[in-house]
Amino acid sequence: MKATTANWILVGRLSDIPKRGARRVKNGEVTIAVFRTAEDRIFALEDRCPHKQGPLSQGIIHGDCVTCPLHNWVFSLETGEAQGADEGRITSFPVKLDGDDIHLDLNFLSDMRKSA
Amino acid sequence: MKQKLVIIGNGMAPGRMLEHLFDMDPEAFDVTIFNAEPRVNYNRLMLSPVLSGEKTYSDIITHDDGWYDDHGVTLHKSARVSTIDREAKKVTAENGVTADYDKLVIATGSLPIMIPLPGHTLDGVLVYRDLDDVDKMLKAARTGGRAVVIGGGLLGLEAAAGLREQGMEVSVLHLMPTLMERQLDPTAGHLLEDAIADRDIEVITEANTEKILEKDGKVAGVLLDDGREIEATIVVMAVGIRPSTALAASADIECNRGIVVGDDMRTSDPDIYALGECSEHRGLCYGLVAPLYEMAKVLSENLLGGRAEYNGSVTATKLKVTGIDLYSAGDFADDEDREEIVLRDGMAGIYKRLVLKDNRIIGAVLYGETSDGPWFFDLLKKQTDIAPMRDTLIFGQAYQGGAPLDPTAAVAALPDDAEICGCNGICKSQITTAITEKGLTSLDGVRAHTKASSSCGTCTGLVEQLLTVTLGDGYKPSAVTPVCGCTDLGHDDVRHLIRAKSLKTLPAVMQALEWKTSCGCAKCRPALNYYLVSEWPGEYADDYQSRFINERVHANIQKDGTYSVVPRMWGGITSAAELRKIADVVDKFDIPTVKVTGGQRIDMLGVRKEDLPAIWADLGEAGFVSGHAYAKGLRTVKTCVGTDWCRFGTQDSTGLGIRIEKFMWGAWTPAKVKMAVSGCPRNCSEATCKDVGVICVDSGFDIHFAGAAGLDIKGTEVLGHVKTEDEALEHIVALTQMYREQGHYLERIYKWAKRIGLDEIRRQIMEDIDARQGYFDRFVFSQKFAQVDPWSERVSGKDKHEFMPMSDLTLEAAE
Repeated sequence: MKATTANWILVGRLSDIPKRGARRVKNGEVTIAVFRTAEDRIFALEDRCPHKQGPLSQGIIHGDCVTCPLHNWVFSLETGEAQGADEGRITSFPVKLDGDDIHLDLNFLSDMRKSA
Repeated sequence: MKQKLVIIGNGMAPGRMLEHLFDMDPEAFDVTIFNAEPRVNYNRLMLSPVLSGEKTYSDIITHDDGWYDDHGVTLHKSARVSTIDREAKKVTAENGVTADYDKLVIATGSLPIMIPLPGHTLDGVLVYRDLDDVDKMLKAARTGGRAVVIGGGLLGLEAAAGLREQGMEVSVLHLMPTLMERQLDPTAGHLLEDAIADRDIEVITEANTEKILEKDGKVAGVLLDDGREIEATIVVMAVGIRPSTALAASADIECNRGIVVGDDMRTSDPDIYALGECSEHRGLCYGLVAPLYEMAKVLSENLLGGRAEYNGSVTATKLKVTGIDLYSAGDFADDEDREEIVLRDGMAGIYKRLVLKDNRIIGAVLYGETSDGPWFFDLLKKQTDIAPMRDTLIFGQAYQGGAPLDPTAAVAALPDDAEICGCNGICKSQITTAITEKGLTSLDGVRAHTKASSSCGTCTGLVEQLLTVTLGDGYKPSAVTPVCGCTDLGHDDVRHLIRAKSLKTLPAVMQALEWKTSCGCAKCRPALNYYLVSEWPGEYADDYQSRFINERVHANIQKDGTYSVVPRMWGGITSAAELRKIADVVDKFDIPTVKVTGGQRIDMLGVRKEDLPAIWADLGEAGFVSGHAYAKGLRTVKTCVGTDWCRFGTQDSTGLGIRIEKFMWGAWTPAKVKMAVSGCPRNCSEATCKDVGVICVDSGFDIHFAGAAGLDIKGTEVLGHVKTEDEALEHIVALTQMYREQGHYLERIYKWAKRIGLDEIRRQIMEDIDARQGYFDRFVFSQKFAQVDPWSERVSGKDKHEFMPMSDLTLEAAE
C-alpha cells in the first residue's frame, strides 16, 4: 500500500447514522461500515468479521466496541482488534468528521482495491 | 387417639411453633388452624420491602399450601374465630366452621391502633399491619398524590419510605420532638430525620393532628392543632399496636394489656395457651420477632409435656429502610448513675452511643455504621464487665486487643454463643457447625439448615462473613449470577429495581444501578431494553440500537449476511391467494430457497437486506404481516385440523390456535414462545413439547406448559384443565404475562418455571382469580402498544437507514 495524498470524499452526514449505530458504504467488492458512538465519535472499518465474515455494521455498538451479530466476537472500533479471548483484526479506514459531514479517503480506498 | 390442637391465628409465631413441634414429634397432634386472613403464613417483617417494590408477596411466603398438606394441618383461611366455648372445648368461626380441641393456642397477634380522630373512618384512612394494608397502599400509590403518615416510629418510617419509593409525595407527622424516640436518643433521632428528609420525605415533628379532612366522602388532608393543613389522598395511621385480646376476654380468660401468660405460656385456663404479640408476660407485651420466636420454642416443648420456661427477652431494633443503618438496643435514658461514651463523625454521618452502668453496657444506639451492633448487644445481654477495654470500646470489636482490621476478624473473634440472627435466635456455633457438618457452601444453604438470615435478612452480612471464616477461599459470596460484566446485579435485582425505582430509560437504569460501563454491552442492553418494554408499556421508548439485528430489521440474519423472511400464517392456515403471492415474490426477487418450517410457516431464505421493504410491500398486498420468526416474542401457534376435518377431533383446535395467535402476536417476551393446540390426545400438533400447549378433550381443554424440544428435550407439565375456549385463552394469556414479568432475558418458559416452581405458577394462574385477572389485564394493556405490524411500518418508510447503504462509491471510483 503506497502513501498518496488524501482525497477526502463525502460519504454521508452524521445525522444519517443513529447514535450507537452504523451504516454501510459500498465500494466495489469492499463494504465499509461507518460507526457512530454514543459520544458522536466516528469510525470506519471493513464490514467483515475476520472470524466468519459477519457484517459488523449489523452488530450492537457499545462504548467504542462493536459485537458481531453472527457469533458475538467483540472488536475495538478504535484499533479494529478483537477483544477478549478471540484473535483477529479488521482493516480500519481513515475517516474525518467535518461539521456534520463524514469523509472517507478515496485514495486510501483505491490503493487498497489495487493491492487487493 | 391423637390429641387435637387448635391454633387461632396464622402469623409468624404459631408458624415457628409448629415447625418446632413437627421437628420434635410430627405425630403428636391433629392440628387445625383458623386464619382470619385469606392466605398462608408469610413473613410479616418483609412487608416493607413488598411496599417499596423490592419484593413480592410470593417472595415472602414462609409456608405454602403444600407445607400444610405435607404436615396434615387443616388450615381454614378467611375464618375469624368468634367464640371459644371452654366448657365444650370447642371454637366457632364467623363462617360457621367449628373445631373441638384438647389444647388451644391463641395467637391472635395485635391490632394497629387507630386514633379516633374526627374523620378516621373515611375512605383512604389506612393502617399498616398486613398484606391487605400493603395492597391498599400500593393501589393508592398508583394514582399518585400525597400520603400523610401519622407516626414517626419504626413502622411509620418504613411505610413512608415505601410509599415514597412508589412515587407518592410523603409527609410524616410525629407527635414527639424527635423520630423513634422510644428506640433512639434525640441526637440519633435528628440524624435520622435528616436522612429521611434527604429522601424527599417531609418530616413534621411535634405535630398534633386535630382532624382528618374530607372531600366527597374521601380523605382530602389533615388539619394540625396549630392550624396547618396538609393535603393528602391517603392517611396511614402507624402509631403503634395493641394486643388483640377481645376473643380471649370474651371467653373470660384473664387479660390485662395482653392475654396474661405464665413462664410456661399457659393462660388462666390450663388447656389454653397464648403466644406472640397478643400475650402479656411478666407485665410486658412484645412486638418484635425475636421474643415471639423464643416463646414459640418454649410453647412447643410444653405442648409435648416438657417443662420449658420463658424468661422474657431483651430486644434490639433495626430499621429496615434501604440505605439507612440504624441499630438500637436496651435502655438509654439519662440517669445519675449512668455514664455514656459517644462517638460522632459528622462528615461520615456516624453516631454511636453506649450507655453504661457499673461498667456494663445497658444501652446502645448506632447510626450510620451498625456492624458492631450484635457485639455490643452480646456484651449487653451477658452483662460483661467492659472496664479492661473501656478506652477503645466505642471503636468496636475490631479494635480490641490489637486485632487486625480484617473485616472478618470481628466475626471470627465472636464467642461461640454470640447471637448472629436475632430474629431466629441463632448463635455463631450453630451456624459454623451446620456449615461444617452439612457441608454448606452458600447463604441459601445456611438459611435452609439454620434459618439464620431467613427472616428480616439484616444479618446476611454476618452470615456471609461466617461462611468466609469457616470455609476460607471455598466460599464464593456472589451467589447471584450478574447480568453481565457491566454490573454485579442479577436479573431479578435489576427487574425489581427498575420497578421499585421507576426507572424508565436505559441511561436512568445504568445511572441508578451504577453500571460499570458507559453504555453497557451487547449482553445487558437487549436485556434491559426488554425489561423496560415489559415494565412500562406505552411509556418507554423502545431503543432499537439495543436490539439484536434480527429484531431491528424484523428478519433473520443468515450466515452470509442475507436475511430470511417468514410471513405470519395464522394457526398454520393458508390459501391459494397467499401461496400465489409468495410464489410471485420468490420469482420477482430471485429468492434462492423456500422452506416449510417446523412451526407450519413458509420461510424464504437468502434475501438481500435492501430488498426487504419491497418484499414486505408485495406480501402486504395479500394481507401478510410479519411472522415474528426472528423475535423474542410469540412465534407460532401450531394447530391440527380439529373438528373441522378430523374424525377424532374433540374441539375446534384450529380456531383456538388462530384466536390465541391473533390475541397474542406482537408481544415481546424474555425468550421466544412457541405454542400449539391439538384437537385430541393423539396430539398431532405436538403440543406437549411446546412452551405452551393445549390438548383438547371432550370435557374442555388441558393446558400444558414448560416443554422444550431444543437444546433440552422435555415434555410439558400440566397447568390445569378448563372448560371453555374463553377460559383457555385467559389462562394462557395470564401465564404468558407472568412469564413476561418474571422471566430473565433469554430464559425460556421451562427454565423460568423450574426457577419459580410449578406449584406456585399453578396457584397463581389456576387458583388465584385476582392474580390471574391482573396478569391478563396487564397483558391486554401492553398489547395496545405492541400490536403494530412492523413490516407495514417499514414499508411506509420507518427506519429507512437500516436497509439502504449510506452511499455507494463504486460508481464514483469508476469515474
